[in-house]
Formats: sequence, C-alpha cells, structure tokens
Amino acid sequence: MSEFDHRDGVSRRKVLECMTWCGTGVLWTISGGVPHSLGIMGEAQAAETKGLTFLQISDSHVGFDKPANPNALGTLEEAIKKVSALPQKPAFMIHTGDITHLSKEKEFDDADHIISQSRLDVHYVPGEHDFVDTDRKIYQERYGRAAKGHGWYSFDANGVHFIGLVNTFDLKAGGLGNLGTEQLEWLEHDVKGRSASTPIVLFAHIPLWTVYQDWGWGTDDSAQALSYLKKFGSVTVLNGHIHQVMQKVEGNVTFHTARSTAFPQPAPGTAPSPGPMKVPEDQLRKMLGIANVNFKQNEQRLAIVDSPLQG
Amino acid sequence: MLRPLIASSVLGAAIGSVLAASVLFARAEATPGTVFIDNFIFNPKGLTVKAGTTVTWTNRDDIVHGIAASNNAFKKSPAMDTDDSYSFTFTTPGTYQYFCYLHPQMVGSIVVEATTGSNATQ
Repeated sequence: MSEFDHRDGVSRRKVLECMTWCGTGVLWTISGGVPHSLGIMGEAQAAETKGLTFLQISDSHVGFDKPANPNALGTLEEAIKKVSALPQKPAFMIHTGDITHLSKEKEFDDADHIISQSRLDVHYVPGEHDFVDTDRKIYQERYGRAAKGHGWYSFDANGVHFIGLVNTFDLKAGGLGNLGTEQLEWLEHDVKGRSASTPIVLFAHIPLWTVYQDWGWGTDDSAQALSYLKKFGSVTVLNGHIHQVMQKVEGNVTFHTARSTAFPQPAPGTAPSPGPMKVPEDQLRKMLGIANVNFKQNEQRLAIVDSPLQG
Repeated sequence: MLRPLIASSVLGAAIGSVLAASVLFARAEATPGTVFIDNFIFNPKGLTVKAGTTVTWTNRDDIVHGIAASNNAFKKSPAMDTDDSYSFTFTTPGTYQYFCYLHPQMVGSIVVEATTGSNATQ
C-alpha cells in the first residue's frame, strides 16, 4: 500500500479541506415502521437511536482525480473513519453505487480496503461507473454472486424488507436509468406475498423518480416498479447518482438521494452540464448545510430541514 | 473551467476556441471525422462523412464518457476519461445512431455516404 500511503500523505491538507464539504453518509433509524434520517453524522452522534439503524453512503468514485476533488479515495477514508467513530454501531451499511470511477480492479480493491475498515456488512448496488470494464464482469464477480440478474436482490432486517435494484446496466439511447422487464418481474414476485404493513426500503443508484430529465436524472420504468409497492404503508426509496441531497414525498413513498463522498454536482439546471463541480473554498460549509435533510419520525408527510453549518 | 488541451496525433492540432475558425478552415478536408464531447454534448451532434473515413471522438469533460452504437452497429469504445479519444473507421454507407453508455441522454449520429460517383465538388 505504499502508493496509497504516499498519496495520502501528500494531499492530507486537501483531504481535510474536502471533508468540510464532502458528504459522509446518512444514518437511518427505523422505528415504528417509519425510516427516520438522523441527518449528517455529526448530528447522528448526539442522537438517541432505537430500532434498526443503518447507514447509506454513495458515489465514492474511487479513482476520480479531477479538480473537483483530486483524492476521492482520501475523502472516502475520512467518511469511513466517521462511520467507525459512531458511538452506536449501525446494523449495516448500504452503498448506492459508483463505488469506482472506471471499474478498474485496483479501484475496487482500494474501495474495499477502505470500506472494510468500517467493520460493517455492506449491501451494494452498482452505478454506471461500476460497469465500464470491457466485459462488465468485475462488479458482478465481486458483489453480485448471490444476486439475481445483473446484481439485484432483497433481504430482511428487523421486520423491514430491503430491495436492492440495478438501473445502470442496460441503458438505452436517449433514455434514462433502466430496470428492464426481467428485473421488474422479479420485483413483482418478490413483494407479492408480503404484508402491507411491512416497511419497504428500495435502493438503487439512479433516482427512481425524475429529478431532472435533461440531465438523465431519473429511471424510465420506475413507475412500473413503484406500482408493485402501492399496497405498502411505508416505502422509502434511497438513491445516489446526483451527488446532492434531494427529497420528495408522494403518498406513502419517500424518495431521498444521498451525497457523494467524492465530489459535488450542480443543482438541476444551474450549470451547462451535470459534471463535477469545483466549489470555491468559501462556499464549502454553506453547501454542507444545504444538503442536510431530516425525516420526521412517525409522520406520513416527511419534511426537508435546512440546517447550514455556516451562514 | 480551464484545462489543458492535449494535441492529438490524429488531429494534428489542438483546437482552441479562439483559433477554431482558422484551424478548421485549414484542416476541413484533412480531419472530416472529428467529434468533441463538451458539457455532455456531442459536437457536432450529426456528422456526415464519406465511406472509409475514420471518426475520432475526444472527451473534453471532467467525467467519463463512452461511445456505443444504438443497435450495436459498430464497436463500442472503452471508457473514455478526460482527453481520451476513440476512433472507428466507417466503411459501410448508412446512418449510425450512437449514444454515451454512461449518460444515455447524450445522443449523436454519423451519416456515412458512398464514395462512388463524383465527390470532387464541395
């Protein structure tokens, strides 16, 4: 690991600068069937937790080295250190994709080396950046051996049914994210026999609601997927991909996107493209505040709470 | 955002926006198959070339892109990081729709014309 240590040492200051704005993770508690976000982890440490608590990280983009963040591995490491320092250990972690930037073996190795330091079980779904190796096999070999299709699966924890979906594999020209017929049929069967009172947590990389069509921030056949979940009283959809916190509530469904641990992307329509955004240093802490969102426990309507750390 | 433009051996020159007009004038015939990716857009979005032309895509964004034909009509590119290029030689006339396989909202087309008959006039 000499190369890693060297890089880490050279850019330590940069890492610390980045950590003032890079998202680290969202801590979730499910109590009484309603997922409740404890906000960013600084707040979470002080919060009293009960029921099932799990963590979401996303878009670590290991291998990314452009001006928006020359050391994405370093900021991932800082995020995982914060996870490890939590006074109450989460039950597990989900990673909502773009583990790597270029699907290289070394990038996956580096990501695994850092993320495993959390000593948590991690449930992954792939981003489009995890499928750009020539044969598109590496993600599947590492994370999807027990999964169906290109990596979808479900599991239960504390009475909550978790479903990890893949909407980044079979992308169509001119389209958005795509689940495809085979996965939709699997989903329909997966939830069919379950009680309507079972809380459902659905997670996938690209948002399962249309955040901004012009930038491809949505999934073509997500409405079909959500139609299978209409009978359930509590459905929470967790995504990444857009490198910023967004939330929408529609009936019984709460949609939420997590920050990246690597680099921010612009708010919809505020830049010529959704590419990595280099942030002036004096705006960093403001941006950290903008992305803070809370779910109100035991309420049908969930609220966005703006809580900037500065300004 | 400024970034250095890497001169491509295929192109023979890096084309800056200030110099674009004069460079293109000088090289219009020598480099008929050039597509740049800027801000998640293929430029030009539609390109017409003669059969046998090698088309080269160059990614000038800070994010990865990849070229794939909509119906697998030509070989897809490897993942293209910043300043990476990908070339494909089109020998068969026809219209080739393509897209970015990471960002499928990005679409473009290459129209390949037969070389038979007179092609001397511009």
